[in-house]
Amino acid sequence: MAAQSGGFPMIRTLGLTGLLVSFGDRLSEPANRAALAFRAAVENEAWPGVEETSTSLASVFLRFDPVSVAPADLRHRIAQLLAARDWLAAPLPANRRRWRIPTVYGTDLAPQLHEAAAAAGMSPEDAIAELSRTTVRVLTIGFAPGQPYLGELPPAWDIPRQVALTRRVPEGALVVAIRQFVLFSAATPTGWRHIGQTAFRAFRPESAEPFPLRPGDELIFPAIGREEYEALRAADTTGDGGAERELIG
Amino acid sequence: MSELIVIRSGPAVTVQDGGRPGLLAEGLSRGGAADPDALAEGAALLGQSPDLAALEMAGYGGAFAVTSATRLALTGAPMRADVDGRPVAWNGSHVIGPGQVLTIGGCERGAYGYLHLAGGIATAPVLGSRAAHLVAGIGAAVAAGARLPLGSDSGGHAGMILDVEERFSGGEIRIVHSAQTALFPQAERERFTATEFVRDDRANRMGMRLTMAGAGFSAEGQLSILSEVIVPGDIQVTGDGTPFVLLPECQTTGGYPRIGTVIPADLPRAAQAGPGARLRFRFVGLEEALAAERQHRAVVRSLSQRVRPAIRDPRDIPDLLSYTLIGGMISAQDEEP
Repeated sequence: MAAQSGGFPMIRTLGLTGLLVSFGDRLSEPANRAALAFRAAVENEAWPGVEETSTSLASVFLRFDPVSVAPADLRHRIAQLLAARDWLAAPLPANRRRWRIPTVYGTDLAPQLHEAAAAAGMSPEDAIAELSRTTVRVLTIGFAPGQPYLGELPPAWDIPRQVALTRRVPEGALVVAIRQFVLFSAATPTGWRHIGQTAFRAFRPESAEPFPLRPGDELIFPAIGREEYEALRAADTTGDGGAERELIG
Repeated sequence: MSELIVIRSGPAVTVQDGGRPGLLAEGLSRGGAADPDALAEGAALLGQSPDLAALEMAGYGGAFAVTSATRLALTGAPMRADVDGRPVAWNGSHVIGPGQVLTIGGCERGAYGYLHLAGGIATAPVLGSRAAHLVAGIGAAVAAGARLPLGSDSGGHAGMILDVEERFSGGEIRIVHSAQTALFPQAERERFTATEFVRDDRANRMGMRLTMAGAGFSAEGQLSILSEVIVPGDIQVTGDGTPFVLLPECQTTGGYPRIGTVIPADLPRAAQAGPGARLRFRFVGLEEALAAERQHRAVVRSLSQRVRPAIRDPRDIPDLLSYTLIGGMISAQDEEP
């Protein structure tokens, strides 16, 4: 797998202390898998001077100390590792989990279900049926701490972001746009539509496991009623909000 | 344990240290002091580790007292400061005793002032750091009535000063390419580096907005850019063409294109551009950026050698006497300057 100029995989500088290795300029399942696998390989190499790595939807970021490793040398090592295998065919990470996170769709807790369903060309009932049974995967964690980007949803959910921002959605909000969910880890303004509400906390700074979700994890958001949600929320001490998890390999 | 008592506080006073590097993959930006050089300067003045936490004061300080005699240092954006009405030097170290009040006013220029206490602020770390990261919901702004625990002073001088490079009024900022620089046509990049920007009032620890006289800047295919990793120093151009310099509490990924990234050596100068300060940007190659980085690190390493006693001024003599009384309790090494 050669790094071609102008093609993918592509290596770009991101400031003096960063290199970005991209497997595509749009989200695709193979590019996302490639990014996760390549990051794991870079971590495994433990190259001197590399201080931190992370992934975005289709790229791997390396932060390094340019005084202890020459940027050109690091670039060369990256190119060699890229050429070592077909990263687009890489398997998903090991030790993935499947989470079932109980979710209230619609109601005043998640007031944009109707609007989002209309944008996707279906009734609110059909939207709930589809969204609550679709398994999505953590594509990346980012923007805010512990916050997952989840996909891909069926093609009908390729709906645009709103032009105007919603002023505030709460922690645990499930929002939708461009065939993805985001499960918000903190109250925030957003251009994505708020269609579900969970009691799941994706960032728990006080906990031994502050970032419960990992890229590659699978998530399902089964529908529950408002009363059940309130009960789960009242009884919750861990931040799981009634979620169940199992190891899927 | 000694405590810092917060009598009054400006609206954006937070505990800061070097932040939490290494959690980008978890969606948490590094955070930490907006001006890391100021942390290093305070540590040099007090003869202690730059990893200790200090109070960062954005725009305005407050009034502070201590429960036992404590050495302190003031660095970063110069602010009016006095102890019981007697002015004290910025970029200097001092001692205050119980019952005295340190009052710190607004920035004379710049954006972030720092109050360092000997032993550091010893609040409980979260994820390896004491730094408040308000965007992530870690910690909170310091409020009147708070009592912050202090670490123990390992001993050292007070009455010292440090000459620091002026970095509080904007000026030229060096930038290197970011991942999306190439999406901006050459003519747009040239217009960007030819433009004089003004740091807008709208700024916080996430980022600062820049205004300019001409039209906004735009990249090719701007609306369909895949959300990509962000680092502090990135200059993000939003949909209406307005540039923002992103700071320590920036989000970790974003879909707006970045025209360039401020080099680490110039990031303190960028962050310290106060409201109304004028800024220009100049692209430099990686070689020049690396040379600047080596030079910057050498300057930071030399700080403790450059700390010197404040020159005696006859007007200060009554205060020096009171200082000696208190200073003698702190450390036998403390001598009248």
